[in-house]
Amino acid sequence: MSSATPQTASGGINWFKYSSPQTFFPLAGTLAPWFAAIAAVLFVAGLYIGFFVAPTDAQQGESYRIIFIHVPAAWMSMLIYLAMAFWAGMGLAFNTRLSGMMATALAPTGALFTFIALWTGALWGKPTWGTWWVWDARLTSELLLLFLYFGFMALQAAMDDPRRADKAGAVLALVGVINIPIIYFSVKWWNTLHQGASVSLKSAPTMAATMFTGMIVMVFACWAYAIAAALWRVRCIILERERRSEWVADYLETQK
Amino acid sequence: MKPRHRRIALIVAGVAGLALATTLVLQAFQQNLVFFFTPSQVAANEAPQGRAFRVGGMVEKGSVKRQPDGVTVQFNVTDTAKTIQVAYKGVLPDLFREGKGVVTQGRLENGRFVASEVLAKHDENYMPPEAADAVKKAQATNQKAVNTVVNK
Repeated sequence: MSSATPQTASGGINWFKYSSPQTFFPLAGTLAPWFAAIAAVLFVAGLYIGFFVAPTDAQQGESYRIIFIHVPAAWMSMLIYLAMAFWAGMGLAFNTRLSGMMATALAPTGALFTFIALWTGALWGKPTWGTWWVWDARLTSELLLLFLYFGFMALQAAMDDPRRADKAGAVLALVGVINIPIIYFSVKWWNTLHQGASVSLKSAPTMAATMFTGMIVMVFACWAYAIAAALWRVRCIILERERRSEWVADYLETQK
Repeated sequence: MKPRHRRIALIVAGVAGLALATTLVLQAFQQNLVFFFTPSQVAANEAPQGRAFRVGGMVEKGSVKRQPDGVTVQFNVTDTAKTIQVAYKGVLPDLFREGKGVVTQGRLENGRFVASEVLAKHDENYMPPEAADAVKKAQATNQKAVNTVVNK
């Protein structure tokens, strides 16, 4: 869309205006610091609740405090993948440049959260289960998710033409989306060593209120961090890919 | 139909087809995807014969017996319907408790399960010790009430 005004005839915001890299670039630049600030505040609050307010667990003692980072990271690893696949699909369907850039910008953050979930889980597994790693359905499908992120990034990096890289990556991202419900429901569908969900939309969480509060604050902190990181990364990608355009040259001139 | 509508339809159909294929594959491999077998499954001969497998369930209350050598332990794993006797030589994980979940790997020898590895399976309930005590007390009171009713 090339409309110059942000208002449509119906009076709402014209969202398509921001589907152009040139208009999205300053918007991302304005939003990113806000999300970074929210993330910083929530991380401090969440970690304070997690370490000083939340009580010790009756069974696991102090080691249960892993949930304040493990659970948010694991949720984010799945959610970011869904967001990435969504943007990849949008890019395929509408042939918009920015969608592919969003997918590319989300991948490293998603991979980071997947790695944190796996790594903290292993550190917790040794003292509680008695092992670092088992090949049960939940752990294996989460490891597959990490490889999907790596595969997506590697595939895109292997192609010189960014538009072709976007398309190839989009197909991989959409195929891999099947893995997300498998990760989430694995503890229900099969016998696994990993315990079932403590928090679900259907029933009250099976954990003490302060523990739950700390975890939810950490979840929002991770959300804010992921949004800030993706926006900053997408700005770099926009500059790289649009480097031959006039507006980037003008922008870089103002930054000198 | 605009080209972009055709592409959306293609993507939706592709993902749906893939989901269906995955569902069928997972259904076919159902047996291989379970991490452990329950004592009921073992009793029904559903567990693999002649090779190592895992048994999971609750450690039966009052069944844990330590042998004089100090490292050999014997306990029963139950799913409340069937029970299987387990022998294990080695260090137990911290969360190994009577009445809590456990997953053991090993093989059947003369109806007894000789384990080479014992893992604790934690449940999804998180609560402070005071709350756990309160739950236990409430359950004990209920049990007493049930006993009085039954005895009368």
